[in-house]
Amino acid sequence: MAEPLPVVLVVEDDSQMQKFLQTALVQHRYRPVEASTAREALTQHAGHHPDVILLDLGLPDGDGIDVARTIRAQSRTPIIVLSARGQEQDKVSALDAGADDYLTKPFGVEELLARLRVALRRAARPMNGDDSIAGFGDVRVDLEKREVRRGKEVVHLTPTEYRLLTTLVRHPGRVLTHRQLVREVWGAHTGDQTASLRVHMTQLRHKLEKDPARPRHLTTEIGVGYRLQID
Amino acid sequence: MATDRRPDPESLLARARAEERRAGRGRLKVFFGASPGVGKTYAMLEEARAKRREGVDVVVGLVETHGRRETAALLEDLELLSRRGADYRGVRVEEFDLDAALTRHPDLILVDELAHTNAPGSRHTRRFQDVEELLAAGISVYTTLNVQHLESLNDVVAQITGIQVRETVPDSILDEADDVELADLSAEDLLTRLREGKVYVPEQAARALEEFFRKGNLIALRELALRRTAQRVDAQMRGYREEHGILEIWPAVDRLLVCIGPNPAGARLVRAGKRMAASLQCDWLVVSVDVPGQAVSEPDRAALAQNLHLAQELGAQTASLSGHDVATELLRYAEAQNITKVIVGKPTHGRWRDKVFGSTLDALVRGSGDLEVYVISGDDARPRRKTQPSVQRSPVAEYVKAALVVAVGTVLGAGVFRSLSVTDVAMVYVLSAGLVASRYGRGPSLLAAVLSIACFDFFFVPPYFTFAVTDLRYLLTFGVMLGISLAISGLTLRIRDQAEAARQRERRTGALYAMSRELAGARGRQEVIRIVGHHVRSSFGTDTQVLLPDGAGRLVVPSGSYVDDKERSVAQWVFDQGRPAGKTTDTLPAAHALYLPLLAASGTIGVLGALPGSGRELDEAMTGRLLEAFSGQAALALERELLAERAQREQLEVEAERLRTSLLSSVSHDLRTPLAAITGAAGSLLDEQAPLAPPARRELLQTILDESQRMNRLIANLLDMIRVESGALRIQREWQPLEEPLGVALIRLGDRLKDRVLKTELSADLPLVPVDAVLLEQVFVNLIENAVKYTPLGSPIDVSAASDGNLVRVSVADRGPGIPPGEEERVFEKFYRSAGAPPGGGVGLGLTICRGILTAHGGHIWAENRPGGGAVFQFTLPLTGPDIPALPAIE
Repeated sequence: MAEPLPVVLVVEDDSQMQKFLQTALVQHRYRPVEASTAREALTQHAGHHPDVILLDLGLPDGDGIDVARTIRAQSRTPIIVLSARGQEQDKVSALDAGADDYLTKPFGVEELLARLRVALRRAARPMNGDDSIAGFGDVRVDLEKREVRRGKEVVHLTPTEYRLLTTLVRHPGRVLTHRQLVREVWGAHTGDQTASLRVHMTQLRHKLEKDPARPRHLTTEIGVGYRLQID
Repeated sequence: MATDRRPDPESLLARARAEERRAGRGRLKVFFGASPGVGKTYAMLEEARAKRREGVDVVVGLVETHGRRETAALLEDLELLSRRGADYRGVRVEEFDLDAALTRHPDLILVDELAHTNAPGSRHTRRFQDVEELLAAGISVYTTLNVQHLESLNDVVAQITGIQVRETVPDSILDEADDVELADLSAEDLLTRLREGKVYVPEQAARALEEFFRKGNLIALRELALRRTAQRVDAQMRGYREEHGILEIWPAVDRLLVCIGPNPAGARLVRAGKRMAASLQCDWLVVSVDVPGQAVSEPDRAALAQNLHLAQELGAQTASLSGHDVATELLRYAEAQNITKVIVGKPTHGRWRDKVFGSTLDALVRGSGDLEVYVISGDDARPRRKTQPSVQRSPVAEYVKAALVVAVGTVLGAGVFRSLSVTDVAMVYVLSAGLVASRYGRGPSLLAAVLSIACFDFFFVPPYFTFAVTDLRYLLTFGVMLGISLAISGLTLRIRDQAEAARQRERRTGALYAMSRELAGARGRQEVIRIVGHHVRSSFGTDTQVLLPDGAGRLVVPSGSYVDDKERSVAQWVFDQGRPAGKTTDTLPAAHALYLPLLAASGTIGVLGALPGSGRELDEAMTGRLLEAFSGQAALALERELLAERAQREQLEVEAERLRTSLLSSVSHDLRTPLAAITGAAGSLLDEQAPLAPPARRELLQTILDESQRMNRLIANLLDMIRVESGALRIQREWQPLEEPLGVALIRLGDRLKDRVLKTELSADLPLVPVDAVLLEQVFVNLIENAVKYTPLGSPIDVSAASDGNLVRVSVADRGPGIPPGEEERVFEKFYRSAGAPPGGGVGLGLTICRGILTAHGGHIWAENRPGGGAVFQFTLPLTGPDIPALPAIE
């Protein structure tokens, strides 16, 4: 018997968009569940226990960010926010409220599937699954030995850079907002100031990326935060 | 011959203007009578009741019944307007409530006693001004008037009755009234009524009125009233004839010229002129001749201005002539104006003066030719004010100097006395006293004269060194010395006064000239206002404010102005009515400042307010007229500016319209093209009749995808543009390395850069820059995309950045064809697409958006051609922004 198909809750009020997502999901072996209002989203979430949620931020009866917050309070189901360009502030709010990722409209099927894969993979990992070794590209991070290698060479990182890198490594493929990163690296009491974060991120890129001007792994989500691209 | 007489165009025009003026105005009916008690109020009330029965909305604004029962009975079922209470010197008086009347706005309002003077603090000093405002507001008015209150008959009545009435009403009101009804009662009947107590006589005035109500008086007044009414009827008849082209009787038209001089007696001449003009039914003119160099005291000048004003009020044309010879000027003017009759005043000076200087009257009569010259007594009831040369306190220094001059004279005299006679010594003293008199004031001259006499007597008249005089002939010498020095000092003072007055006038005229010259070069309404304010302030010492209306016709008070709410309402009244008001005028005189309308060709365009400086008063007669001249100039200049502004606004609107049109055509074209491709491709795919081969299907699907993406970019651009344009661009500046937005841009451009060599060169010491990363990324995307679009495949693109003092300089350079010379600025214009633009490019917004974003960051962007070929777009970003709070390093 085949494995049950992953359930995807699609919260989207535009019927054309809903239709497109349903078709694409079915075609790529997902089982979509439909919701077009905030209220419906919460009911469906409770009834179907989806594996991933696609959440449009502009809903007729409420704010998508509130939906994200409510769902996050109940479960760890990954949430991918759908929003338009120019709404960076909304994306940051949604991510800070507990969403895991976002997709900027308009997006292609490929992009959608990639995000779904990352989300499912992450959800499948145990909560404190302490892989002692993680890596991306030709970089290997040994968390036990606190050692970073690029190819064969050991890369020397400052403590801040190392903290930053390990934070990203613990959330592979996921966008972390500036605020989330600052809190993880420097602690909850620090403010939202991000200049230092950016400087350290730039240094990290220069040490780990082949072409720091066009980073492949330590990517910038402009106006939102950073993401570690594994593949 | 007179079969086809048409009214002459001038009078038709005048009639049309009068009608235009009357359109929308209320109608005025005056119940006119010879004296109190003839039944004017009664007649008015009866007619009002009749009107009410016809369904007219009638309100009684103010009617005094004076306790008469018949009158009170007529008032019974009419609507009465409440009165306005006012305190006048502690006495409670009730006044007509103009504002209540305007608010109530009936069809017809009754306002008794047109000549009444309002209590101080009312809007207008006189009730007839209230009535004028009612008429202007479109409310018809019934009112009452006695003949002795008519301005032109005022002095005649005073002569008949011996009682001078102060409250007069301009004749123009009666002349322009739509209807005049005479309430007539024979003298006997009136006296009977008086005896029966049916005529209201205030107790305190009982005696004076007894004097007034003499039979002879009453008959004379009745005749005046009848004649005045007849005149009006006659005028109406003439008007009717003119209107209907009936001109059988058309006497040779008389034109009357009244000459007045700078003295109060002119008022009498003006009134006489009015009466004569009225009985001759002719036009009349009042002129004064200003002789340059002739001394005219300020009060006389004021009287002249007042009399000219009176003449205007009585309906005369006025003019001020200027020339050395009064008679010549008058005759020249009379000839030019086709004058037939001239009225002049009887000379009041002595005959000797004419003998010496020649008589103006003589010259006038001699040169009059066909002119009839009437000489009328210029005496006036009012005593002529003697012109007082201004007595100025001479400073102590002048007295000292006077004494010194005499001392020097004495020393000189002693020298002369040795060799010459005592008479020559006297001459030396006369000289010194004369010198003092010609330089200093009256006091020092007197001192010098007395001192001279004393010294002369003491030192040179025997017996020497005493004041005793043995030879009485010396007394004559003393007298001559005193006389000469007094005469000279008197002359000096007069000349000084005149010089001072002339200087003042000259300064003001000069200021007017200076202002108009400066205004000629002024650009923009603010500058005009500033210039006007500056000049009025420096010429009159007043705090000056020019007030202009907003779109709704409400005057706008600039902040920091002295104009408070109360003053503003006065100014607003001036603006609405187009007449002066405020201090020194008859309207709202309680205001702190004088307000003059700025009258231009298109009507009232604003108000000029002049607030006298502390401790200074506006000199009514002179300042008023001169200030009017200033406001006239200001109005012209302001109107010019307002018209220019309007023209510019219209120009801008045309420009905006053009832009809108080009936006629409551009947007509709650029959006529809990809849409057409998508629709077509999707339609073909759905067409089941002609199934497509898989490669063709794929191609169509690719088209749909590509075109959607193209449309997405277009829409993104348009949205960015709207954000930049509407000011909705919110910048969230954060300190960051330029590398980040650039890196994101390069990733976003992705495939479009695949055949390009793109070199980035960010200098190693590049600091953090306070920018909005999302917007800056857009700038990079737009600039690099442009470079890709406009340059041949495979040509390199270089992006570099370096810090330069307190800014960062970034450039995006290519090796393409470059920018056509002269278009370096135009490429930033909205919807501008250069001639070499590839098909399917953008809408021409990319660079405009870049400029908008950088401007919002406080930066600049410009385009140049690159040495060695290609184009280079450079921009700068300032390195000033919010502080950078550093986070601690982790140990």
